[in-house]
Amino acid sequence: MPNPQLTANGELKHLLTIEGLPKALINGILDTAKGFLGVNTRDVKKVPLLRGKSVFNLFFENSTRTRTTFEIAATRLSADVVNLNINTSSAAKGESLLDTIDNLVAMHADMFVVRHASSGAPFLIAEHVDRTRGSDVHVINAGDGRHAHPTQGLLDMYTIRHFKRDFTELRVAVVGDVLHSRVARSDIHALTTLGVPEVRVIGPLTLLPSGLEQMGCQVYTDMKTGLKDVDVIIILRLQNERMRGALLPSAQEYFKHYGLTQEKLELAKSDAIVMHPGPMNRGVEIDSAVADGPQAVILEQVTFGIAVRMAVMSMLAEAA
Amino acid sequence: MKISLLGGRLVGPISYEHSGPIHLLDKIESIFLDQGKILAIGNPPKDFVPDETIDLNGLCIAPGLVDLAARLREPGFEYKATLESEMRAALNGGVTSLSCPPDTDPPLDEPGLVEMLKHRAKGLRAAALYPLGAMTVGLRGEIITEMAELAEAGCIGFGHPGALFTDTQVLLRAMQYAKSFGFTLWVHPCDHFLSRNGVAHSGAVAGRLGLSGVPVMAETVALHTIFELMRATGARVHLCRLSSAEGVSLLRQAKSQQLNVTADVSVHHLHLIDIDIGYFDSKMRMDPPFRSQRDRAALREAVQMGVIDAICSDHTPLDDDEKQLPFADASPGSSALELLLPLALKWGSEDRIAMAQIVDKLTRQPAQVLGVEAGVIRPGAVADLCIFDPESAWIVSERSLLSQGKHTPFLGRELIGMNKMTIVQGEVVIDKLRV
Repeated sequence: MPNPQLTANGELKHLLTIEGLPKALINGILDTAKGFLGVNTRDVKKVPLLRGKSVFNLFFENSTRTRTTFEIAATRLSADVVNLNINTSSAAKGESLLDTIDNLVAMHADMFVVRHASSGAPFLIAEHVDRTRGSDVHVINAGDGRHAHPTQGLLDMYTIRHFKRDFTELRVAVVGDVLHSRVARSDIHALTTLGVPEVRVIGPLTLLPSGLEQMGCQVYTDMKTGLKDVDVIIILRLQNERMRGALLPSAQEYFKHYGLTQEKLELAKSDAIVMHPGPMNRGVEIDSAVADGPQAVILEQVTFGIAVRMAVMSMLAEAA
Repeated sequence: MKISLLGGRLVGPISYEHSGPIHLLDKIESIFLDQGKILAIGNPPKDFVPDETIDLNGLCIAPGLVDLAARLREPGFEYKATLESEMRAALNGGVTSLSCPPDTDPPLDEPGLVEMLKHRAKGLRAAALYPLGAMTVGLRGEIITEMAELAEAGCIGFGHPGALFTDTQVLLRAMQYAKSFGFTLWVHPCDHFLSRNGVAHSGAVAGRLGLSGVPVMAETVALHTIFELMRATGARVHLCRLSSAEGVSLLRQAKSQQLNVTADVSVHHLHLIDIDIGYFDSKMRMDPPFRSQRDRAALREAVQMGVIDAICSDHTPLDDDEKQLPFADASPGSSALELLLPLALKWGSEDRIAMAQIVDKLTRQPAQVLGVEAGVIRPGAVADLCIFDPESAWIVSERSLLSQGKHTPFLGRELIGMNKMTIVQGEVVIDKLRV
């Protein structure tokens, strides 16, 4: 089965998941992003790389934040951006997912940025446009169900590289609701590909999926043990609906045992950085003192996110 | 109509005498048909003058296949498939007897619905149809159906497709009631709560792909419940679609304790595993889900050793709107009536199973589960036959399938072995030999 996101000669055709991306390609994206970081601080924040191209933000699941970052990235590359919230339009009228795609392709979309509540949906779309349109339409996964959020994974890697330089001697802890987290899966694949020797996953067993060991992680149910001497802490968002079901008894108990407080942070290395994909639930997965503290790099993640998304879009446009 | 079938390789459960012992044979023999029945095997009776003589050199003659699970989509889902299209697909696959599950719309929970279905099928000159009635009204798991009435209308058992209903007391009552009349219950061993929202085998693949899992526990917990209730009631149960190694081992134990239980497996589960989901291939969405390599090996061994009695197609025709969706949103199932034989042959050739034994799992064994006279070639038996070329290679395509459902994991794949001629009640209904 050929990797659906790479062309025959190994260029990035779609960005669907970090799993299976060659290390060199990931580093290539991070290097390209570095070049774009300068654009974002100039007076005229625009380069003409995607001039005349149409980027469609297809959000089958609401997310103002992620959509906005993609919109900014595309606009700074001079693309035309169309935002579509599908759950409020076509899907409600009963139009099938692939019919929607066919219609938008007929409007000459060059790139789709797709967010969908079902794991794997962007693969279905990529496979469909490949079959119907050859290689001139590109798909970027902006989060599919619990599966992947590759641009978030890449911007997390950019952040780690920025602050830590070398991946090969790091201990990284991913904390919280890994079961439902597409960010966690993308981060884990990226970290193991880039050579991080120790990826720890910390959470109660109700929030950890099976097969974490096969993905190269060490599982900790006790946060205090898990955080010992780590260089990077990635805190995952705990969605409100998870606090009800049978997965967790209460947000309070979760915070007590898995919320990142200053006290727990001190178990990590003194120069450890704290990351969070946002939006944060202060007082649930992270204490405000930590979120606003000197070790948090959460806002830097947001800044780097624009550059990383510009890098991905420009590389996809080149592959055409 | 008198037909001579000459020089074919007779394979499967065969008896040379009307009520003699049945042997698994694989032998070049001729067969002679008259008045819809098998008249003789070996030499023709004196003065036998055939109306038609068919040379079967190089082909296998087997009893018509008996399929324990083929969804025909009537009543209620005629847009997915019709009785006509699916009965035609059955014959194309060499299937001459089949059982259809009660998950129609409305479900087969009233005698009138069953009578209508049987009546419609009768008009089609097709495979013998053995409907399963719903175990509970509306398949809601609350009130048991009028099983005796339904049996009179033609139901051969009572099933509950999908996860077990949550009220275990209803299952107990259904077993007690079925036992009173000697009926068989067809149960899918799947715990409702443990399988809730699951779309793939719980394991590394589902974890990595972010798909909700159906744990093996869903099967084993249900099996423990079913076996306990069987011990208490003495009911006869047929387990539909076993999927795991642990399930097989519980079944083996139950059989060794003389519980009155039989089981089947879908032919797909002898071939495909969770890894085959690949990049979210919706065609691999099945219920129960494809499990691990280890489970597949256990299922194969269980069929070979007779722990699992029969192989079925679990035919489920689906349209594009149900299948061309993200993995978790796609409906489970595949079109399989026409793949049952070649996929069983594929299993047999990979595991070096004798041809007669493969055929047995598709004919006599499922017929015994159904409790019907079928699946054996013997003088006096109804002449339902499947004549196939075990060497013929073909590529599965939308056009090669007569079923209205075109979705199968094997689309585009090459399979070896093809049904060439189907005979129902002594009449040639599919003929790819002489065209």
